[in-house]
Amino acid sequence: MSRDVQFDEPPADGAMRLRVDDLCVTRGGRLVLDRQSFSLCAGQALVVTGPNGAGKSTLLRALAGLLPCAGGSIALVGGPPDVELPQQAHYLAHSDGMKSALTVEENLDFWLRYLAQKPDPRSRTVDAALAIVGLGHIAAAPIGVLSAGQKRRAALARLLVAFRPLWLLDEPLTALDRTSREKFAVAMREHCASGGLIIAATHEPLGLDEASSLALGGAS
Amino acid sequence: MSALPALFLREWRVARRIGGSGAMGVVFFLTLVAIVPFAVGPDPNLLARIGPAILWIAALLATLLCLDRLFQADAEDGSLDLFHLAETPLELAVLVKCAAHWAATGLPLILAAPFLGLMLQQERMALVGVVATLLVGTPALTLIGAIGAAATVTVRRGGLLMALLVLPLTIPVLIFGVSAAEAASGGTVPFYAPFAILCAITLAALALCPFAAAAALRYLGE
Repeated sequence: MSRDVQFDEPPADGAMRLRVDDLCVTRGGRLVLDRQSFSLCAGQALVVTGPNGAGKSTLLRALAGLLPCAGGSIALVGGPPDVELPQQAHYLAHSDGMKSALTVEENLDFWLRYLAQKPDPRSRTVDAALAIVGLGHIAAAPIGVLSAGQKRRAALARLLVAFRPLWLLDEPLTALDRTSREKFAVAMREHCASGGLIIAATHEPLGLDEASSLALGGAS
Repeated sequence: MSALPALFLREWRVARRIGGSGAMGVVFFLTLVAIVPFAVGPDPNLLARIGPAILWIAALLATLLCLDRLFQADAEDGSLDLFHLAETPLELAVLVKCAAHWAATGLPLILAAPFLGLMLQQERMALVGVVATLLVGTPALTLIGAIGAAATVTVRRGGLLMALLVLPLTIPVLIFGVSAAEAASGGTVPFYAPFAILCAITLAALALCPFAAAAALRYLGE
């Protein structure tokens, strides 16, 4: 893997900052991302927009370390020095890592223990996270019997039980009703307020007024 | 370090709840053993002689039958992506998944083996030999099979391809497993010689296979 992750000197105020310089990613021999650069400070959100095939998901997967970078660098500055970027990131995509045979509670409890190895005061308990996304009443139901929107809410609860500063969200609002979107917008604002960073690829407004945006072009 | 026990528990629960893959493996094992006398004839002496080999081949096929979804289910539901983001190395996750898979599907086969051995006219010492060799040898089958399961993780309906990849690699396990099982009920070879080599193969698989499978998963994940 030709990842080039640098760890510069942390900024003076100790806040976290994500810096992406000239990021290039190829998929199937085609250059999908060509020299993308941006930076994001703690508490900020970035909305990635663009037509289908513009490379939104590719950008998020590359940031999560799931795709190799063909060029450029990704650096998360100001975090714990011994933890690599993917281990400080939550990645939420269409497939959500929930086992349909297990209950909502069992799935979340597993990801809590698997993704949050160091306890963090900003992590919620499973019950609290389920209450935030409005699934408290069906915590004991298997994921397989949930509706698409409820499954998505269970996946969003995963972001809350294990605190990780960087949220990489690929179409987070899919299948969510209006109430759930508003609840999730509140959760995102709280995440930003507690020093988190959010990068979301979406076609729909997230409900974050202060979010900056990055428009990826069409197929080049 | 609560991540690995949590992963074991999750895999165990999923294996127990989805279609009872352990029970399915045992039924497949039973079917294979039961059809052999129809093919080779109901001669007690012949069955007593080839019994350990039949039990071993049946256990090998039953193990492979259950293995093809080991990583594919995780790839489809996105868990595999999240494993990459965890602090726990992928190699350890592979090892724990294999351990849970063996506990859910390999152990039932071993528990069923003495009863099926009675159907094949096995004496008491031969039954002990078969159970002992299966207990030591089936973890190696699961671990070697995990490499095949990882290499075919992106292939839809990759079960047959996985079997083609893995079966040649399991030949040493089969050779020393069967010869130790046969040596247990008499013969010219002492029991301990092939049994020790079988143990060595399992230990080597334990040390090497998680790395190979994790490397395949990393490569295919990109």
